[in-house]
Amino acid sequence: MSQIAVQNVSKAWGATRAVDNVSFEAAAASLLVLLGPSGCGKSTTLRLIAGLEQVSSGRISIGGADVTALPPAQRRIAMVFQSYALFPHLTVAENILFGLRVRKVPAAERTRRLARVAALLGLDALLARKPSQLSGGQQQRVALGRAIIAETPVCLMDEPLSNLDAQLRAEMRREIRTLQQKLGITMVYVTHDQSEAMSMADRVILMRDGKVEQAAAPDEIYARPATIFAAKFIGTPPMNILDTGGGVLLGVRPEDAALGDAGLPVRVQSSEFLGADTVVTCAYGNQSLTARVPGKAAYRAGDAVHAGWRPEHLHFFDAASGVRRDDVDANAATAIGLCFA
Amino acid sequence: MHGPETKLATAVVPPPRWRVSPQIHGWLLLLPASVLLATFTHFPAVATIIDSFYSTPKGRRAAVLVGADNYQAMLADPVFWRAVSNNIVYAASVIPLTMALALAMALWVNGRIPGRPFLRLSFFTPTVLPMIAVANIWLFFYAPGYGLLDQMLGALGVPTPNWLGDQHTALICLIAVAVWKDAGFFMIFYLAALQQVSPQLAEAAAIEGASRWYFFRRVTFPLLMPTTLFVLINAIINSFRLIDHVVVMTQGGPDNATALLLFYIYEAGFKFWDTAYAATLTVVLLALLAFFALGQFVVLDRRIHYQ
Repeated sequence: MSQIAVQNVSKAWGATRAVDNVSFEAAAASLLVLLGPSGCGKSTTLRLIAGLEQVSSGRISIGGADVTALPPAQRRIAMVFQSYALFPHLTVAENILFGLRVRKVPAAERTRRLARVAALLGLDALLARKPSQLSGGQQQRVALGRAIIAETPVCLMDEPLSNLDAQLRAEMRREIRTLQQKLGITMVYVTHDQSEAMSMADRVILMRDGKVEQAAAPDEIYARPATIFAAKFIGTPPMNILDTGGGVLLGVRPEDAALGDAGLPVRVQSSEFLGADTVVTCAYGNQSLTARVPGKAAYRAGDAVHAGWRPEHLHFFDAASGVRRDDVDANAATAIGLCFA
Repeated sequence: MHGPETKLATAVVPPPRWRVSPQIHGWLLLLPASVLLATFTHFPAVATIIDSFYSTPKGRRAAVLVGADNYQAMLADPVFWRAVSNNIVYAASVIPLTMALALAMALWVNGRIPGRPFLRLSFFTPTVLPMIAVANIWLFFYAPGYGLLDQMLGALGVPTPNWLGDQHTALICLIAVAVWKDAGFFMIFYLAALQQVSPQLAEAAAIEGASRWYFFRRVTFPLLMPTTLFVLINAIINSFRLIDHVVVMTQGGPDNATALLLFYIYEAGFKFWDTAYAATLTVVLLALLAFFALGQFVVLDRRIHYQ
């Protein structure tokens, strides 16, 4: 099986360190998501794994073999690019078969594998077309087909869904995940979309400024964000961070906050009805607090209400470093009047 | 006619005093271009074809219809055949050499290499120079005895021919000048086309293990085909059209070894003042060029992928 190990990898261009001492591992046949805002180094990390860029320092191994110095073709990987990188003058079939032709796979074998991949991705009717005659979703499928026909144990994906519309994106998300599990591929998937990461990943590597901010399973990164950055990046709307003094910042997710008669006195600023629930934005002093309330809430701007939450839903962060603090007792917060069930 | 809407409309857009039908409007728009084309392209071309069936008017004797006499004389003219064969050899060497060199230079300066802007500039410089100046510079390179070539080869002890004075080398010398002059110009088109090719295509191919040559053959070159066609047409036209260097360097000599078709037309028309014969030769040149253009657009166009 092919697990991927990235050990103390850095990539510098002059004085800028795009990737700064990054380490993580992807278990075999798992889906690992590199998540972060644009410019955080996630795509560069992927390109380092692919061998399209050379590491400045550190070690990368795939399936136990050190591949740090190997060219891309010898790393036994496939890759899907954000722009799909389809060859515009070749038909869908020729695009998918490109790699097999390079490696001089016999014609019978090529035909067999093409038929299988085309059936798997629903491309049978499109094989004779050129990429320019396909929709964005179909082009995406062709790019996927070109990656999986290689039957490599590792597949790298660089923001593969960012050019698709919202509905298609949700569909492809499920499809890619199913495919990955069915074929038992080890997949590294780059995205800036936290909902994509949460819904697909076995493990999420959250990156910021070239460093790993947090590496954990999606449920853990949601339940126990390691830093304020992680807390704010995961979840929509992001976690409320309130400064109540004392060097500790208090975090509470909008879905854990309830509006009622007891708790922090806040003033409603706006409310946004989303169908299943309503996101109410309130002002607490000069700080902002959002609450996700089920159904259609009948609050209007200017209403005075109280915001409350249960002690176990509170997160504490160090005000100076932004790092999570588990040594703060939630009951102490209750005592000073910050928690209301 | 007297409704409120009509009044409003007339208040905003005053009715035109005179109306022009769309057909006349269209023809008026075409008029300037058609006048220029007819005066300077179509009329001279037709007049040339007509002239080729008449004798050359001389003094008090007007031109008389001579039928195909001019063409018969041409077919029997050994200098004409020499010019045709020279032009074929010239075109068949200059066109592929120029294009191959242009593509090679474009691929080179498209890569990440030190001094790239300087290289691009130096490749392009010959294009900026007038052909007359280029021919004069090369005249010095080829000069027997003290020329650059002779000095370099002489220092190595290699015996050198009289480059432009020898029937066997003169045409080759002109070919070298033409390739040197045009390759940089065509390189610009290839370079522009290469920069349209997404670098991710090369990365995708690299991951599949394609060698650079394989990628060039299967991807880059096919994607450059529209440019290649454009460059090919221009190279063909240039190989029949550009004869400044013949005038400056050899005057068609020695013994017509460097007489190209257009140079022979120029000699016939403006040196020997045999305008009817010059018209006849021009018709042949026109027919040749029309044949090439037709072939390119009809045959090649269908096989080319346009983005």
